[in-house]
Amino acid sequence: MATEYANSSEYIAHHLTNLTYGRFPDGTWGWAHGADDIASMGFYAIHVDTMFWSSFLGIIFLGIFTLAARSATAGVPGHLQNFCEYLVEFVEDNITQVFGTRPNAIIGPLSLTILVWVFLMNLMDLVPVDFIPYGAALAGIPYMKVVSTTDPNATLGMSIGVFFLVLYYNLKMKGPIGFGAGFFTHPIPSIWAAPFNLLLEIVDLIAKPLSHGLRLFGNLYAGEMIFILIALLYGGGIVLGLLGGVMQWAWAVFHILIIALQAFVFMILTIVYLTQAHEVHDDH
Amino acid sequence: MEQSLIYIAGGILMGLGAIGSGVGIGILGGKYLEGVARQPELQPMLMTQLFISLALVDAVPIIAVGISLYMIFAA
Repeated sequence: MATEYANSSEYIAHHLTNLTYGRFPDGTWGWAHGADDIASMGFYAIHVDTMFWSSFLGIIFLGIFTLAARSATAGVPGHLQNFCEYLVEFVEDNITQVFGTRPNAIIGPLSLTILVWVFLMNLMDLVPVDFIPYGAALAGIPYMKVVSTTDPNATLGMSIGVFFLVLYYNLKMKGPIGFGAGFFTHPIPSIWAAPFNLLLEIVDLIAKPLSHGLRLFGNLYAGEMIFILIALLYGGGIVLGLLGGVMQWAWAVFHILIIALQAFVFMILTIVYLTQAHEVHDDH
Repeated sequence: MEQSLIYIAGGILMGLGAIGSGVGIGILGGKYLEGVARQPELQPMLMTQLFISLALVDAVPIIAVGISLYMIFAA
Protein backbone atom coordinates (compact mmCIF):
# COMPACT_ATOMS: atom_id res chain seq x y z
CA MET A 1 0.00 0.00 0.00
CA ALA A 2 1.76 3.15 -1.15
CA THR A 3 1.77 5.76 1.57
CA GLU A 4 2.49 8.50 -0.98
CA TYR A 5 -0.62 10.03 -2.47
CA ALA A 6 -0.78 11.48 -5.99
CA ASN A 7 -3.09 14.34 -5.04
CA SER A 8 -5.21 15.60 -2.19
CA SER A 9 -8.47 14.01 -3.32
CA GLU A 10 -6.83 10.60 -3.39
CA TYR A 11 -5.55 11.26 0.15
CA ILE A 12 -9.04 12.21 1.27
CA ALA A 13 -10.62 9.27 -0.54
CA HIS A 14 -8.14 6.90 1.10
CA HIS A 15 -8.92 8.18 4.58
CA LEU A 16 -12.64 7.78 4.02
CA THR A 17 -12.75 4.18 2.84
CA ASN A 18 -13.27 1.44 5.37
CA LEU A 19 -11.30 -1.74 5.62
CA THR A 20 -13.96 -4.03 4.18
CA TYR A 21 -14.28 -7.78 3.93
CA GLY A 22 -17.15 -8.95 1.81
CA ARG A 23 -18.56 -11.01 -1.02
CA PHE A 24 -17.47 -10.05 -4.53
CA PRO A 25 -20.08 -10.15 -7.32
CA ASP A 26 -18.65 -13.51 -8.43
CA GLY A 27 -19.41 -15.01 -5.01
CA THR A 28 -15.90 -15.25 -3.53
CA TRP A 29 -15.28 -13.63 -0.15
CA GLY A 30 -12.22 -11.41 0.20
CA TRP A 31 -10.73 -8.05 1.18
CA ALA A 32 -11.89 -5.09 -0.84
CA HIS A 33 -9.13 -3.16 -2.59
CA GLY A 34 -10.88 0.13 -3.15
CA ALA A 35 -14.12 2.02 -2.98
CA ASP A 36 -15.41 0.47 -6.22
CA ASP A 37 -14.89 -3.01 -4.75
CA ILE A 38 -16.91 -2.03 -1.72
CA ALA A 39 -19.65 -0.65 -3.95
CA SER A 40 -19.75 -3.87 -5.96
CA MET A 41 -20.07 -5.92 -2.77
CA GLY A 42 -23.30 -4.20 -1.85
CA PHE A 43 -24.95 -5.71 1.21
CA TYR A 44 -22.39 -8.39 1.99
CA ALA A 45 -19.61 -5.99 3.01
CA ILE A 46 -18.41 -5.91 6.61
CA HIS A 47 -16.52 -2.82 7.73
CA VAL A 48 -13.88 -4.67 9.69
CA ASP A 49 -12.20 -1.57 11.11
CA THR A 50 -15.49 -0.19 12.47
CA MET A 51 -16.33 -3.55 14.01
CA PHE A 52 -12.83 -3.87 15.48
CA TRP A 53 -12.59 -0.41 17.01
CA SER A 54 -16.12 -0.36 18.39
CA SER A 55 -15.82 -3.77 20.03
CA PHE A 56 -12.29 -2.98 21.24
CA LEU A 57 -13.55 0.19 22.94
CA GLY A 58 -16.60 -1.64 24.24
CA ILE A 59 -14.34 -4.18 25.93
CA ILE A 60 -12.28 -1.34 27.42
CA PHE A 61 -15.47 0.24 28.79
CA LEU A 62 -16.64 -3.04 30.29
CA GLY A 63 -13.19 -3.73 31.69
CA ILE A 64 -12.92 -0.38 33.44
CA PHE A 65 -16.33 -0.63 35.04
CA THR A 66 -15.94 -4.29 36.00
CA LEU A 67 -12.59 -3.49 37.60
CA ALA A 68 -14.15 -0.60 39.49
CA ALA A 69 -17.14 -2.67 40.57
CA ARG A 70 -15.00 -5.55 41.76
CA SER A 71 -12.64 -3.35 43.77
CA ALA A 72 -15.43 -1.18 45.18
CA THR A 73 -15.02 -0.57 48.93
CA ALA A 74 -17.37 1.07 51.38
CA GLY A 75 -14.32 2.72 52.92
CA VAL A 76 -12.11 5.34 51.30
CA PRO A 77 -12.87 5.04 47.55
CA GLY A 78 -9.98 4.99 45.09
CA HIS A 79 -9.73 7.24 42.02
CA LEU A 80 -11.22 4.64 39.68
CA GLN A 81 -14.19 4.10 41.97
CA ASN A 82 -14.75 7.85 42.27
CA PHE A 83 -14.67 8.25 38.50
CA CYS A 84 -17.11 5.41 37.88
CA GLU A 85 -19.41 6.50 40.69
CA TYR A 86 -19.48 10.02 39.28
CA LEU A 87 -20.51 8.70 35.85
CA VAL A 88 -23.14 6.35 37.26
CA GLU A 89 -24.63 9.12 39.42
CA PHE A 90 -24.59 11.51 36.45
CA VAL A 91 -26.53 8.99 34.34
CA GLU A 92 -28.85 8.21 37.25
CA ASP A 93 -29.70 11.89 37.76
CA ASN A 94 -30.55 12.32 34.09
CA ILE A 95 -32.73 9.23 34.14
CA THR A 96 -34.68 10.25 37.25
CA GLN A 97 -35.18 13.76 35.84
CA VAL A 98 -36.65 12.53 32.57
CA PHE A 99 -37.83 8.98 33.08
CA GLY A 100 -38.72 9.13 36.76
CA THR A 101 -38.24 6.25 39.14
CA ARG A 102 -40.40 3.68 37.39
CA PRO A 103 -38.92 0.17 37.69
CA ASN A 104 -37.08 -0.66 34.48
CA ALA A 105 -34.21 -3.11 34.27
CA ILE A 106 -32.72 -1.95 30.99
CA ILE A 107 -32.68 1.85 30.92
CA GLY A 108 -29.95 2.34 33.54
CA PRO A 109 -27.26 0.07 32.10
CA LEU A 110 -28.28 1.00 28.55
CA SER A 111 -27.85 4.73 29.18
CA LEU A 112 -24.51 4.29 30.94
CA THR A 113 -23.26 2.05 28.12
CA ILE A 114 -24.39 4.46 25.43
CA LEU A 115 -22.84 7.47 27.18
CA VAL A 116 -19.42 5.95 27.83
CA TRP A 117 -19.18 3.76 24.72
CA VAL A 118 -20.21 6.49 22.27
CA PHE A 119 -17.87 8.92 24.06
CA LEU A 120 -14.98 6.48 23.73
CA MET A 121 -15.70 5.90 20.04
CA ASN A 122 -15.88 9.66 19.48
CA LEU A 123 -12.68 10.17 21.46
CA MET A 124 -10.75 8.29 18.78
CA ASP A 125 -11.43 11.29 16.54
CA LEU A 126 -8.87 13.31 18.53
CA VAL A 127 -6.09 10.93 17.52
CA PRO A 128 -4.25 12.71 14.68
CA VAL A 129 -5.62 11.52 11.37
CA ASP A 130 -2.52 9.78 10.07
CA PHE A 131 -1.16 8.08 13.17
CA ILE A 132 -3.05 4.80 13.10
CA PRO A 133 -3.77 4.55 9.33
CA TYR A 134 -0.03 5.08 8.62
CA GLY A 135 0.91 2.41 11.16
CA ALA A 136 -1.70 0.11 9.63
CA ALA A 137 -0.35 0.82 6.14
CA LEU A 138 3.12 -0.21 7.33
CA ALA A 139 1.61 -3.37 8.73
CA GLY A 140 0.07 -4.03 5.34
CA ILE A 141 -3.50 -3.05 6.17
CA PRO A 142 -4.53 -0.77 3.28
CA TYR A 143 -7.40 1.18 4.83
CA MET A 144 -8.17 2.06 8.46
CA LYS A 145 -10.94 4.33 9.64
CA VAL A 146 -10.35 4.70 13.36
CA VAL A 147 -13.51 6.54 14.42
CA SER A 148 -16.35 4.03 14.23
CA THR A 149 -19.06 6.65 14.73
CA THR A 150 -18.16 8.13 11.34
CA ASP A 151 -19.61 4.99 9.83
CA PRO A 152 -23.39 5.37 9.38
CA ASN A 153 -23.80 1.64 9.84
CA ALA A 154 -22.55 1.92 13.42
CA THR A 155 -24.61 4.94 14.47
CA LEU A 156 -27.78 3.82 12.70
CA GLY A 157 -27.25 0.34 14.11
CA MET A 158 -27.35 1.77 17.62
CA SER A 159 -30.33 4.01 16.92
CA ILE A 160 -32.28 1.16 15.31
CA GLY A 161 -31.47 -0.97 18.36
CA VAL A 162 -33.00 1.75 20.53
CA PHE A 163 -35.93 1.93 18.09
CA PHE A 164 -36.70 -1.79 18.57
CA LEU A 165 -36.55 -1.26 22.33
CA VAL A 166 -39.01 1.64 22.00
CA LEU A 167 -41.39 -0.55 19.97
CA TYR A 168 -41.07 -3.33 22.57
CA TYR A 169 -41.92 -1.01 25.45
CA ASN A 170 -44.74 0.64 23.51
CA LEU A 171 -46.33 -2.74 22.92
CA LYS A 172 -45.65 -3.89 26.47
CA MET A 173 -46.95 -0.75 28.17
CA LYS A 174 -49.82 0.26 25.91
CA GLY A 175 -50.65 -3.13 24.42
CA PRO A 176 -51.04 -3.65 20.66
CA ILE A 177 -54.52 -2.05 20.56
CA GLY A 178 -53.48 0.96 22.65
CA PHE A 179 -50.33 1.42 20.62
CA GLY A 180 -52.17 0.98 17.31
CA ALA A 181 -54.99 3.31 18.35
CA GLY A 182 -52.41 5.94 19.21
CA PHE A 183 -51.59 6.30 15.51
CA PHE A 184 -55.10 7.45 14.72
CA THR A 185 -55.90 9.58 17.75
CA HIS A 186 -52.67 11.55 18.24
CA PRO A 187 -52.13 14.49 17.96
CA ILE A 188 -55.62 15.60 16.93
CA PRO A 189 -58.18 13.57 18.90
CA SER A 190 -61.12 14.00 16.49
CA ILE A 191 -62.15 11.02 14.31
CA TRP A 192 -62.10 13.08 11.12
CA ALA A 193 -58.40 13.76 11.53
CA ALA A 194 -57.47 10.03 11.62
CA PRO A 195 -55.70 9.78 8.19
CA PHE A 196 -53.85 13.04 8.85
CA ASN A 197 -52.88 11.72 12.29
CA LEU A 198 -51.67 8.45 10.82
CA LEU A 199 -49.42 10.27 8.37
CA LEU A 200 -47.98 12.46 11.11
CA GLU A 201 -47.42 9.59 13.53
CA ILE A 202 -45.75 7.35 10.93
CA VAL A 203 -43.36 10.15 9.89
CA ASP A 204 -42.64 10.88 13.54
CA LEU A 205 -42.01 7.21 14.31
CA ILE A 206 -39.55 6.84 11.43
CA ALA A 207 -37.86 10.23 11.85
CA LYS A 208 -36.86 9.55 15.45
CA PRO A 209 -34.32 6.72 14.93
CA LEU A 210 -33.15 8.21 11.64
CA SER A 211 -32.36 11.64 13.08
CA HIS A 212 -31.05 10.00 16.27
CA GLY A 213 -28.41 8.01 14.40
CA LEU A 214 -27.65 10.47 11.59
CA ARG A 215 -27.08 13.35 14.03
CA LEU A 216 -24.19 11.48 15.65
CA PHE A 217 -22.89 10.40 12.24
CA GLY A 218 -23.15 13.93 10.77
CA ASN A 219 -21.31 15.56 13.65
CA LEU A 220 -18.44 13.08 13.75
CA TYR A 221 -18.14 12.78 9.98
CA ALA A 222 -17.93 16.57 9.55
CA GLY A 223 -15.45 16.76 12.43
CA GLU A 224 -13.22 14.05 10.96
CA MET A 225 -13.47 15.57 7.49
CA ILE A 226 -12.13 18.87 8.84
CA PHE A 227 -9.30 17.01 10.58
CA ILE A 228 -8.43 15.38 7.25
CA LEU A 229 -8.52 18.71 5.42
CA ILE A 230 -6.27 20.25 8.08
CA ALA A 231 -3.92 17.29 7.75
CA LEU A 232 -3.60 18.14 4.06
CA LEU A 233 -1.92 21.40 5.11
CA TYR A 234 1.06 19.53 6.50
CA GLY A 235 2.14 18.59 3.01
CA GLY A 236 2.38 22.25 1.92
CA GLY A 237 5.73 23.42 3.28
CA ILE A 238 6.78 24.87 6.66
CA VAL A 239 4.46 27.89 6.84
CA LEU A 240 1.33 25.93 5.94
CA GLY A 241 2.49 23.13 8.22
CA LEU A 242 2.65 25.48 11.21
CA LEU A 243 -0.72 26.92 10.29
CA GLY A 244 -2.06 23.37 10.06
CA GLY A 245 -0.67 22.60 13.52
CA VAL A 246 -2.40 25.60 15.06
CA MET A 247 -5.68 24.82 13.32
CA GLN A 248 -5.53 21.15 14.30
CA TRP A 249 -4.99 22.16 17.94
CA ALA A 250 -7.85 24.69 17.81
CA TRP A 251 -10.27 22.31 16.11
CA ALA A 252 -9.35 19.47 18.48
CA VAL A 253 -10.06 21.66 21.53
CA PHE A 254 -13.43 22.66 20.10
CA HIS A 255 -14.09 19.07 19.06
CA ILE A 256 -13.76 17.88 22.67
CA LEU A 257 -17.02 19.71 23.40
CA ILE A 258 -18.71 18.19 20.33
CA ILE A 259 -17.62 14.67 21.28
CA ALA A 260 -18.94 14.92 24.84
CA LEU A 261 -22.09 16.75 23.78
CA GLN A 262 -23.04 14.24 21.07
CA ALA A 263 -22.54 11.28 23.41
CA PHE A 264 -24.64 13.04 26.06
CA VAL A 265 -27.38 13.95 23.59
CA PHE A 266 -27.46 10.41 22.20
CA MET A 267 -28.04 9.13 25.74
CA ILE A 268 -30.61 11.78 26.65
CA LEU A 269 -32.63 11.09 23.50
CA THR A 270 -32.56 7.38 24.21
CA ILE A 271 -34.01 8.10 27.66
CA VAL A 272 -36.58 10.52 26.21
CA TYR A 273 -37.71 8.03 23.57
CA LEU A 274 -38.02 5.27 26.17
CA THR A 275 -39.99 7.64 28.40
CA GLN A 276 -42.35 8.41 25.56
CA ALA A 277 -42.79 4.69 25.05
CA HIS A 278 -43.88 4.38 28.68
CA GLU A 279 -46.36 7.27 28.53
CA VAL A 280 -49.74 5.61 29.20
CA HIS A 281 -52.07 8.60 29.46
CA ASP A 282 -55.61 7.87 28.35
CA ASP A 283 -56.63 11.50 28.41
CA HIS A 284 -59.59 11.15 26.09
CA MET B 1 -19.86 18.49 -15.62
CA GLU B 2 -21.46 16.01 -13.25
CA GLN B 3 -18.80 16.52 -10.56
CA SER B 4 -19.17 20.29 -10.63
CA LEU B 5 -22.93 19.93 -10.09
CA ILE B 6 -22.17 17.91 -6.96
CA TYR B 7 -19.97 20.73 -5.64
CA ILE B 8 -22.77 23.25 -6.23
CA ALA B 9 -25.31 20.95 -4.56
CA GLY B 10 -23.01 20.41 -1.58
CA GLY B 11 -22.46 24.13 -1.23
CA ILE B 12 -26.16 24.91 -1.31
CA LEU B 13 -26.89 22.08 1.13
CA MET B 14 -24.37 23.40 3.66
CA GLY B 15 -25.28 27.03 3.10
CA LEU B 16 -29.01 26.63 3.73
CA GLY B 17 -28.30 24.38 6.71
CA ALA B 18 -26.00 27.05 8.11
CA ILE B 19 -28.71 29.72 7.78
CA GLY B 20 -31.17 27.54 9.68
CA SER B 21 -28.85 26.62 12.50
CA GLY B 22 -27.46 30.17 12.70
CA VAL B 23 -30.87 31.73 13.23
CA GLY B 24 -32.07 28.93 15.48
CA ILE B 25 -29.06 28.90 17.77
CA GLY B 26 -28.95 32.68 17.79
CA ILE B 27 -32.48 32.84 19.19
CA LEU B 28 -31.75 29.94 21.54
CA GLY B 29 -28.64 31.67 22.92
CA GLY B 30 -30.49 34.94 23.34
CA LYS B 31 -33.31 33.31 25.30
CA TYR B 32 -30.78 31.41 27.41
CA LEU B 33 -29.01 34.66 28.35
CA GLU B 34 -32.36 36.27 29.21
CA GLY B 35 -33.18 33.28 31.43
CA VAL B 36 -29.84 33.46 33.23
CA ALA B 37 -30.12 37.23 33.58
CA ARG B 38 -33.54 36.83 35.13
CA GLN B 39 -32.51 34.04 37.56
CA PRO B 40 -28.71 33.62 37.78
CA GLU B 41 -28.94 30.79 40.31
CA LEU B 42 -30.62 28.55 37.69
CA GLN B 43 -27.61 28.86 35.40
CA PRO B 44 -26.36 25.24 35.65
CA MET B 45 -29.77 23.71 34.96
CA LEU B 46 -30.44 26.16 32.11
CA MET B 47 -27.07 25.34 30.59
CA THR B 48 -27.94 21.63 30.44
CA GLN B 49 -31.23 22.43 28.74
CA LEU B 50 -29.38 24.80 26.41
CA PHE B 51 -27.00 22.06 25.28
CA ILE B 52 -29.80 19.54 24.77
CA SER B 53 -31.93 21.89 22.67
CA LEU B 54 -28.80 23.17 20.91
CA ALA B 55 -28.06 19.62 19.75
CA LEU B 56 -31.68 19.15 18.66
CA VAL B 57 -31.70 22.44 16.72
CA ASP B 58 -28.36 21.52 15.22
CA ALA B 59 -29.48 18.04 14.17
CA VAL B 60 -30.80 18.59 10.66
CA PRO B 61 -28.21 21.18 9.57
CA ILE B 62 -25.35 18.97 10.71
CA ILE B 63 -26.91 15.99 8.94
CA ALA B 64 -27.05 18.18 5.82
CA VAL B 65 -23.37 19.09 6.30
CA GLY B 66 -22.49 15.41 6.79
CA ILE B 67 -24.36 14.34 3.66
CA SER B 68 -22.93 17.15 1.53
CA LEU B 69 -19.36 16.35 2.65
CA TYR B 70 -20.04 12.71 1.90
CA MET B 71 -21.36 13.66 -1.54
CA ILE B 72 -18.44 15.93 -2.34
CA PHE B 73 -15.59 13.75 -1.13
CA ALA B 74 -16.66 10.17 -0.77
CA ALA B 75 -19.52 9.44 -3.17
